[in-house]
Amino acid sequence: MATSFFRESLISPRKPPVSRQGLRGWLHENLFSGPVNSLVTLLVGALAIYALVPVIEWALIKAQWVGDSRADCSGDGACWVYIETRLGSLIYGFYPEAQRWRVDIVFVLFVVLGIWLMVPAVPGKKVAALVGLLVFPVVAFFLLSGGFGLEHVPTRRWGGLMLTLVIASVGIVGSLPLGIVLALGRRSSMPLVRGVCVVFIEFWRGVPLITVLFMASVMFPLFVPEDFNIDKLLRALVGIMLFWSAYMAEVVRSGLQAIPSGQGEAGAALGLGYWQRMGLVVLPQALKLVIPGIVNTFIALFKDTTLVLIIGLFDFLALIKAGTSDSSWLGFAIEGFVFAALVYWIFCFGMSRYSQFIERRLYRGH
Amino acid sequence: MINKNNQVLSFAALTGIALLGASAMAQAATLDEVKDRGQVRCGVSDGLAGFSSPDSKGKWQGIDVEVCKAVAAAVLDDQNKVAFAPLTAKERFTALQSGEVDVLSRNTTWTASRDNSMGLNFAGVNFYDGQGFLVKKSLGVSSARELDGASICVNSGTTTELNLADYFRAQDMQYKAVAFDEMSQTAQGFDSGRCDALTSDSSQLAALRLQLKEPDSAVILPERISKEPLGPVVAQGDDQWFDVVKWTLFAMLDAEELGVTSSNVDDMRDNPPNPNVARLLGKDGNYGEQMGLSNAWAYNIIKQVGNYGEVYDRTVGKDSPLDIPRGINALWNNGGIQYAPPIR
Repeated sequence: MATSFFRESLISPRKPPVSRQGLRGWLHENLFSGPVNSLVTLLVGALAIYALVPVIEWALIKAQWVGDSRADCSGDGACWVYIETRLGSLIYGFYPEAQRWRVDIVFVLFVVLGIWLMVPAVPGKKVAALVGLLVFPVVAFFLLSGGFGLEHVPTRRWGGLMLTLVIASVGIVGSLPLGIVLALGRRSSMPLVRGVCVVFIEFWRGVPLITVLFMASVMFPLFVPEDFNIDKLLRALVGIMLFWSAYMAEVVRSGLQAIPSGQGEAGAALGLGYWQRMGLVVLPQALKLVIPGIVNTFIALFKDTTLVLIIGLFDFLALIKAGTSDSSWLGFAIEGFVFAALVYWIFCFGMSRYSQFIERRLYRGH
Repeated sequence: MINKNNQVLSFAALTGIALLGASAMAQAATLDEVKDRGQVRCGVSDGLAGFSSPDSKGKWQGIDVEVCKAVAAAVLDDQNKVAFAPLTAKERFTALQSGEVDVLSRNTTWTASRDNSMGLNFAGVNFYDGQGFLVKKSLGVSSARELDGASICVNSGTTTELNLADYFRAQDMQYKAVAFDEMSQTAQGFDSGRCDALTSDSSQLAALRLQLKEPDSAVILPERISKEPLGPVVAQGDDQWFDVVKWTLFAMLDAEELGVTSSNVDDMRDNPPNPNVARLLGKDGNYGEQMGLSNAWAYNIIKQVGNYGEVYDRTVGKDSPLDIPRGINALWNNGGIQYAPPIR
């Protein structure tokens, strides 16, 4: 007597659920999860193809890559020849051709130092920071400007990407420490220090950068004796540094305010002095919190270096713009500005990615 | 062409110049300073086709740049001893006032207010510019007087727009202005057929024409509806330096009139065909020394830079892509108004 609790044959396999993995699953989940989403996907896709195809065709397929004169660029596509012939002046500006190796050395040092400082696996961070803050600026200055047997190259001959990087690095390196000091000063219990810092920050935050540059370049020379001539680039650098340090101070202050007062009080209970409390307890936590804000300011600063154009300093964008008025290369402004956008995007995107990496690395889960 | 916004922005600077003009005027002996320094500091435009713009090697080119080179050749015997300072329209007069540059050669229109109230001296005119019209050939128009009822692309908020209104009112004609904010937009508007004609300074029209999709389909009309004499400027209060810059310009014009070019200047100096050439090239008299220069001053200018005609053709004229006809910039005995006093 056989009991028939058990089936004797297998159930025929059911239709598998819509896959949640693989390309198909991803498509279903993200792009075609319902009729409305499917319609939107199709519309946006069509629009993207409609807009992108001509751009790609212009920038890549029909573009002219080799040649040496305007005559080589008669097609419908982009004329990258224009960029190629100007590349030297876009990078070095008016720097004498025979001396450009000096800029190259500074650039290599800059990259090496950057890797040393920014890649966690490379040891000796404290040495790197000292070299970067004390040795490198001096070496770079003498290499770029001249001295010790090197031919003097005045700053009015600096230009292009090199000038952009000089302004951005000086601005970044100068504004961060100054901003931290101002932020601490603004939260100080000493009325005089606090007052000075508040006035400084509110003054510099209250004027547009263009005004600062314009005053530094146009008005300043009128108010000093005629023989007393401060370099135009230096004037602009100081202006940019002071301006951005005010913004930086507010970013840092927001971090300081996010740290519970118990942290500082605990430090005081352990017998730490003000600078020890700030340097060892409060600032490391506060700065970590405001990395996105700091990098945000850096990116804004980097892009705002282009404003030096209005005081006749020839940074990267200014040379692109001036190149559009070269009478033997008229009519290639679009290529120039697309190239400029690409270069600025690479730098800013790089900074943004690095900041995200540092954030993840310093994340402590509290 | 003066942008109204720029005028407002530069108001502060102008006030400063007016206040401090008196003290800045006191500078003297620029010539000695330049000789000591071994360099002429020259303010140029930050980019204007044919007038001053950096070429692909980063070297400054253009008719305004050549004036600086000629001054350097006259004073320092070497056209390369120039430090170029690219200046924006707002900065240019302050740079001159504060002594940052010795001479400003930056497509600057000579006007009464600039000459009289800003502590400046205009040393002459190296290009007679004026507002003109660019039209499509297909329109079949050969004179601006036939533009009645036309739509005209123009930069908004500039003196160009005001000149346009004045001209059409004076001619008792109707027009429809199509205004744009930027020169490049104005040109694109014209190119895409938004208007029948485009108006701007004639020197700019030549550059704009080259940027059209089909440059040969457009033509510049002969009429000039405004006067824009462009020339080098020096700070007031140093007559000697003023004379040097002024006569540098005159020497280039005189050389063209006398037929002295950079290629025949050596022959001409060895065997002057007439006393005028002998005086120009320093074989006769001491006209250079009277200015505090060497007697070979004009020889150096012509040998290294060239006479006015050569410079014109090379930078904006027939040998350049701009190909602007000489027009009123031809010599006085050739249908133009370029006229230099004689050297004697």
